[in-house]
Amino acid sequence: MNRQVKHLFGLVVVLFALLVAFTSNWTVFTAQSLEDNSANRRPLLEQQLVPRGLIRARDGTVLAESDGSGRGERRRYKRSYPQGTLFSHAVGYSFLELGRAGIEQSRNDELTGAADSVESFIDELLGRTAEGDDLLTALDPKGQRAAIQALGGQRGSIVAIEPETGRIRVMVSVPAFDPNEIPDRFRELNADEDSPLFNRATQGRYPPGSTMKVVTAAAALDSGRFTPGSVVDGASNKRIGGVPLQNFGNQDYGPISLTEALTNSVNTVWGQVAQRLGKEEYYDYMERFGFNVEPPMDYPQNQLTPSGVYGPRGRLLDEDDPVDIGRVAIGQERLQVTPLQMATVAATVANEGSRMEPRLGERVVARDGRLEERVRTAEAAQVMSRDAANQLKAMMAQVVKEGSGTQAALEGVPVAGKTGTAEVDGGASNQAWFIGFAPLDDPRMAVAVTVERTSGQGGTVAAPIAKKVLQALLSGRRG
Amino acid sequence: MSARWRELFGLIPVSLLVTAGFTSVLLTRSSSADLENPVTLTYGAFFLGCCLFGHLFIRARLPDADPYLFPLAALLAAFGLVVQYRIAEDFAREQATWFVIGLALFCATILFLRDLRVLERYRYTIAAAGIVLLLLPRVPGIGAQANGAYLAIKLGPIQFQPAEFAKLAVVVFLASYLGDTRDVLVQGRFPRLSLRRFGPLIVIWGAAMVLLVFIRDLGSSLMFFGGFLALLYVATARLSFVAAGGAMFFGGALFFARTVTHVQERFTIWLDPFDRKVVEDEGYQIAQSLFAQADGGLFGQGFGRALFELPTGQIILPAAHTDLVYALIVNELGLFGATGLLVAYLLFVARGMKAAMLAGEGFSKLLAAGLTAVFAIQVFVIVGGVTRVIPLTGVTLPFVSYGGSSILANFVLLALLLIVSDHARRDRLATPGGLV
Repeated sequence: MNRQVKHLFGLVVVLFALLVAFTSNWTVFTAQSLEDNSANRRPLLEQQLVPRGLIRARDGTVLAESDGSGRGERRRYKRSYPQGTLFSHAVGYSFLELGRAGIEQSRNDELTGAADSVESFIDELLGRTAEGDDLLTALDPKGQRAAIQALGGQRGSIVAIEPETGRIRVMVSVPAFDPNEIPDRFRELNADEDSPLFNRATQGRYPPGSTMKVVTAAAALDSGRFTPGSVVDGASNKRIGGVPLQNFGNQDYGPISLTEALTNSVNTVWGQVAQRLGKEEYYDYMERFGFNVEPPMDYPQNQLTPSGVYGPRGRLLDEDDPVDIGRVAIGQERLQVTPLQMATVAATVANEGSRMEPRLGERVVARDGRLEERVRTAEAAQVMSRDAANQLKAMMAQVVKEGSGTQAALEGVPVAGKTGTAEVDGGASNQAWFIGFAPLDDPRMAVAVTVERTSGQGGTVAAPIAKKVLQALLSGRRG
Repeated sequence: MSARWRELFGLIPVSLLVTAGFTSVLLTRSSSADLENPVTLTYGAFFLGCCLFGHLFIRARLPDADPYLFPLAALLAAFGLVVQYRIAEDFAREQATWFVIGLALFCATILFLRDLRVLERYRYTIAAAGIVLLLLPRVPGIGAQANGAYLAIKLGPIQFQPAEFAKLAVVVFLASYLGDTRDVLVQGRFPRLSLRRFGPLIVIWGAAMVLLVFIRDLGSSLMFFGGFLALLYVATARLSFVAAGGAMFFGGALFFARTVTHVQERFTIWLDPFDRKVVEDEGYQIAQSLFAQADGGLFGQGFGRALFELPTGQIILPAAHTDLVYALIVNELGLFGATGLLVAYLLFVARGMKAAMLAGEGFSKLLAAGLTAVFAIQVFVIVGGVTRVIPLTGVTLPFVSYGGSSILANFVLLALLLIVSDHARRDRLATPGGLV
């Protein structure tokens, strides 16, 4: 009978091996998918146990902090936002039941301390409570406040970018929300028809109007087929895409240079320029500027929208689709852009044709003050040659000096820019735009301002706002 | 070194485990009120005292018994005590109390059962008692239903799981019965299918099926029938019997899985516990079990460190002290710790089998093999249920799960194994060639 007993033991060994195999499966091989299972509340509950790091503005202002309550094993942390509505969209929120948005989402690993796994492992061994790292952002409270004030309650958006680094100093979307109210009012805010939760700066799709002519001019100059002095017929009612196109006020300009055509925002000139470049080449330049893809930014993917020509059912049209490129070139057709995209266009020209990836984060700092990580800036593309960029800067300076953008001019600081006014609601109201940068010779700030459903134009509504924002941002850096 | 000294030294790792475990849990709670209450530490010391007493008792009464069985059982019990302490102080205190009673029962068994043949003499009485025990939970008034299965009886404040003792009774009966009839069962090259020979076996199959219907628990039915098949194989060496028996059991189980709603439900949940319809309801236990294990990973969160209690005071892992105790262990000690626990069980099983091999042919060999087999199957049924190898059922993890009946029954099981081992080894030591 001893042989059978041995066999029996062999069977037990096999059965126990099966148990170890299944345990390995749950603990190691399928652990990740179990953690991601929507019925699994553990990851969220666990994050409540760890104080998230602070989010700070570049001057140190605390934008988000964690308040603890309860003692010992029962201690839990909850997020609060001392600046209220000021940075609602950029910072976002993080709450147990409602998930996360904004930087709170995109930098979650750093804020929870999950990014440095070796360290948290050591912490665990030493019995230290894990802590999240602090995040220092590029956001500038003074500029942000000035921007919101300048918008004066009008719905719209403002984005300001440091051209050399791509760092986002200002990101405004009005109406905003108070992240502290998210736990109690989420449903209400989500249902609000003014869409306060929606980040107009990165998700809003607006017709860009004449600000698009900056992209067209960049393509024209960089292609080598045009110079600022190239003369094109600026008559109104030119046939573009088979249909006559009018200038603003149906004005005939006759043969004029590209510089003059930008200063006076002559539609027919830029329509012709784009047609001569052709759809393929024009699309190529749009893509160099970052159109047609989500911006490479440290922000949640689901809160970023690509800019481009939108066809039926929200499909982005490409160069093989029937697209009237002459009208795309002046910001018409079905072209829709985000304020972030247009700020990037201005910043790219300002940075001598080099487009930087937009960045909200600047540094990750451990609780004890050690620098954990410097958020790396990166060039996304060299959009145009330095020469072409410098020519375009001069042309844009003319716009502010004597063209449609004079209201953006600052005292003592030369500003370059471009206005835009797109008709919406069948011509009943306008989408007003201004994009630009300053100072002209050594641009330190690029900005895009857009105002929804206004009766005014880009030059009268958006340009003065841009002026105030640039003033606030530049004055802080003097001395 | 003599067997008893090895046994004593075997208790050293047990004391280390108890000390380390209690310290770890206490340190994790250092911020709360527990620190001001170091009395809880005495449970550990008390437990070690019990172990030492057990050792001395074996030294006096069963001097030649296997030296590893007792320390292994103590190790498992220590594990259980620490886990219960981690869950709630009260559980640890009650568990420690049960250990004392269990130890008393252990000593009583060894004192009064000097000759195992007594068990043989009363085998039909024992079998009847076992069946009565199993059916008690269906008796109105004292029976208690949990999750659709009838596994417990309630007498006032005391809850009692009769299946734990019934398993001992069934093994004793089968070992005795098969010890007598095995020659008849295997006689001839082509055994004729006669009712006289196979009748009792068919009765046992029928009993397992009735059990399945009556107590509606796949786990305990599997445990009983598995033990039966194991004994049948050891006694007759006929795989064909085992295959036929196994096929009959699975046939029956499958039939009931389709017809009895409760059993059917268990199967559906087993196949897809994450289905939206069940994951917050019937599938909640197994889903939470798997989430807890995933949270444990390779090394676990550390003793007392896993997420267990919600701010509301709710407990995230249901039945953590009984059915899902293995999931909590994986959560806190990881794959490595859980494998260690399984290895401890496997070593216990190995020593039990060893005792069976050393024992003389017949009843005592079958008894040791049967008890060990039932013990191993019980571990497999509950750990397999928690890890979704098989449908989850309400069987306890021996020596670790919270619960008096389980502890008492397993102490008796341990006593029986030690008695078999003591006799066998004494006989072997007396014969030339000695102990292998």
